[in-house]
Amino acid sequence: MTKKKGFLEFVSENRFIHILLSILLGFLVGAIFLAVMGLSVGEAYGRLISSVTSLKGFSYVVVYAIPYIVVGLSVAFSFKTGVFNIGAEGQFVVGSMAAAVVGILGAALPKPLLIPLCFLASMAAGAIWGIIVGFLKTKWGINEVLSMIMFNWVAFYLSNFIAGIPAIHSDGTAEATKNISANASTLLSKDFINSLGLCPTANWGILVAIAATVLVWFVIEKTTLGYELKAVGANKFAAEYGGINVNRSILTALAISGALAGLGGALQLMGMGSRISIFSSQEGFGFAGIVVALIGCSNPFGVLIAGVFYGALMYGGSKLNLVGAPTQLINVIVGTVVFFIAISVIFENLKRIRSRANRNAEARAIKKADEQKEEKK
Amino acid sequence: MAKQYVDMNTPVIEMRNIVKKFGDFTANDGINLTVHKGEIHAILGENGAGKSTLMNQLYGLLKPTSGDILVNGKKIEMNNPRDAIAAGIGMVHQHFMLVQPFTVTENIVLGTEPTKGLSLDMVTARKNVVEISERYGLSIDPDARIEDISVGMQQRVEILKALYRGADILILDEPTSSLTPQEIVELIDIMHNLVKDGKSIIIITHKLKEIKESADFCTIIRLGKYIGTVDVETVTENDLASMMVGRNVTFKVDKPAQEPGEVVLDVQDLHCLDYRGVEIVRGLDLQVRRGEIIGIAGIDGNGQTELVEVITGLRKGTSGKVLVNGVDVFNKSPNFGFRHGVSSIPADRQKHGLVLDFSIEDNLILQNYGKEPFSDKNILQRDPIFKHASQSIEKYDIRPGNSEKRPAGTLSGGNQQKVIIAREVQNDKDLLIAVNPTRGLDVGAIEYVHKYIVDQRNKGKAVLLVSFELDEIMSLSDIIDVIFDGKIVASIPGKDANENDLGLMMAGGKKE
Repeated sequence: MTKKKGFLEFVSENRFIHILLSILLGFLVGAIFLAVMGLSVGEAYGRLISSVTSLKGFSYVVVYAIPYIVVGLSVAFSFKTGVFNIGAEGQFVVGSMAAAVVGILGAALPKPLLIPLCFLASMAAGAIWGIIVGFLKTKWGINEVLSMIMFNWVAFYLSNFIAGIPAIHSDGTAEATKNISANASTLLSKDFINSLGLCPTANWGILVAIAATVLVWFVIEKTTLGYELKAVGANKFAAEYGGINVNRSILTALAISGALAGLGGALQLMGMGSRISIFSSQEGFGFAGIVVALIGCSNPFGVLIAGVFYGALMYGGSKLNLVGAPTQLINVIVGTVVFFIAISVIFENLKRIRSRANRNAEARAIKKADEQKEEKK
Repeated sequence: MAKQYVDMNTPVIEMRNIVKKFGDFTANDGINLTVHKGEIHAILGENGAGKSTLMNQLYGLLKPTSGDILVNGKKIEMNNPRDAIAAGIGMVHQHFMLVQPFTVTENIVLGTEPTKGLSLDMVTARKNVVEISERYGLSIDPDARIEDISVGMQQRVEILKALYRGADILILDEPTSSLTPQEIVELIDIMHNLVKDGKSIIIITHKLKEIKESADFCTIIRLGKYIGTVDVETVTENDLASMMVGRNVTFKVDKPAQEPGEVVLDVQDLHCLDYRGVEIVRGLDLQVRRGEIIGIAGIDGNGQTELVEVITGLRKGTSGKVLVNGVDVFNKSPNFGFRHGVSSIPADRQKHGLVLDFSIEDNLILQNYGKEPFSDKNILQRDPIFKHASQSIEKYDIRPGNSEKRPAGTLSGGNQQKVIIAREVQNDKDLLIAVNPTRGLDVGAIEYVHKYIVDQRNKGKAVLLVSFELDEIMSLSDIIDVIFDGKIVASIPGKDANENDLGLMMAGGKKE
């Protein structure tokens, strides 16, 4: 009895162990599903592992991981600064579309100029998408979660609208944009890919993702800006009391978070997609970013690893049908992992909210008691 | 009066040589506690001394690292509060655990509701509750909703909840911390009723006056160590205080006479609205000069909170002037006021004073993170930040030591306040505003806070003190300004003040 309690305490105090355990439980639940369906657990998981451990397989994993890492950073950054960027999905979409527009219309520009322009355009678009929501929040107190979800849909239809503009729309029959210029592509050279035996979409976007990871870590941990944003996130009253401009900080945090999500869109487009289809449903990169941030404990380097892990699940999962297992199994595993991670997060937040509510209730009660006394007099 | 219900032959609780360690930290180091039937036993100790840790072990929330707990002479092992309740122990926490929209009756029977078939039998429940409340003289309205009743009433509900579950031993954790003076008197009456009926009460507190008024015995804990158990009748408040902090405590504040200098804070004809939009500061004038402490005495809700918020830039006023060293800071940002000489110890240290999730070192630079030496070209400089924290922890006796990297939220209330004081005093601004600076602190910490406030005055700073503790106002202030209905209605030298006159003026009466 006491031993078991000690173990649970150990897990709840050690985030890393807790995450690993959650992942393990996710695979366990996946295994139960497989067994119930009468499939071989060993064969399915063996396939999952073998498909991501070959050099080619792993290069796929890395390519898959690039947008997840950067969007994960976006969400993690928002967590650290006290805003919940559920709007990363929309910022990803506008960032991706901005990069596409520049990449299509700027075809005449040389590569060293066009690629940075695409990045900048995507980050600006994502930042603007974040700032609008931040403005609604700071100016009129509109809950950012609600407006972000709406802005995800605005981004969705805006992207479809732009994709339909003749200058952007594909010349062929495809319901998509034109392909971006080869000068806007981050793909590695064909010869290089073939000589190493990498996947055909191998690109150097991962370097950008790693650089972004280091930069985000640096800003959060080492700079006065990071100090300000974290202070506002942790206690905006004390931050204001200490002389920090709270509204400006919220806008800055949303702008940075939005820019990262937008950059994720550009990296996905320029490395893998090379064009944007007319959507019929949301692609879910923003929501994947939330999962990655959760698994990575909102720590930038944690997010880097979690992004690769998530990429491995997504790529490996797509190979499961080769052994007759449904690819949706991956969603079951991811869902379970998130569930177990979220349990502790929920409890921590509940504790915090409850103690705050208690404090408020107490203050109200004291005030009321005083008022009653006043009335008696 | 004292000990008249105590049955010295019947110990109900014996805690023997209790040790509780959290990692390397020893929170309880060999503590002994014996409580008899019909006894009120106080546990006294500074903030963070280990009182709550001890009680949490008695209530099954924590397990002792070593040591025995005996209830009614039988050694028992408690794994959770259910075991404690089964052993007849009930606890009323400092922060109440009540369901706000439920009625008093519903809250009391929650979890042990009487049933009739499949449905709740609220008629019986109500009857039981009324019965038990009459038996112990705890008058309550069984049908009132928790959210509509006062804190004192809520506390009665908590006590009734424990009694309803058959508790013979009640643990009250800081029961008076949010009660009004009248409610405290009533609580002491209730406690006497309970012991008359053979219950035993353990009360955790650091308020000496209440121990003298209510308890039979008192066990003192200092820094996790057992200091001793005393018969309350045979000791003075001063004895208790020095046992608690381990040195002599002076309640009097020494303050050399000095001539105040030029005006630092000049508030002229200030008006502002409260959160409901009602005008609460109505044409207030106030001056604070160098080298003096102005105390604002008043009943809560007469505009003192809003006055301070306007001066510090947290609230916008409707009209008037707020000059600090001649610069108008009226309706400017908190940062503007800070740059022009305003520092403050806020009323709500957890809301405004600290970022609880931040480390102590980061909290200590809350206004200065952007300045040298703490940052250079917008990059934080960790070494100077750490060194600054080490020095502050040492100089201001922030406990535990070596806690530079610990989150501020893990400190006790008194030490959190020391962090704020270390920061604000070291900011060394011309004006220091302190709002209820000793609320919830123990005597050792209070003495300490008072010393630093008086030091600022002696150094020639202007100090504005707002406090609901009249004793504090009277012992610290050079001049007491009485605030009533949003205006200063009287201004009297601190040494001439007496409680009765002040009380009358605070209630809007005139001194003849």
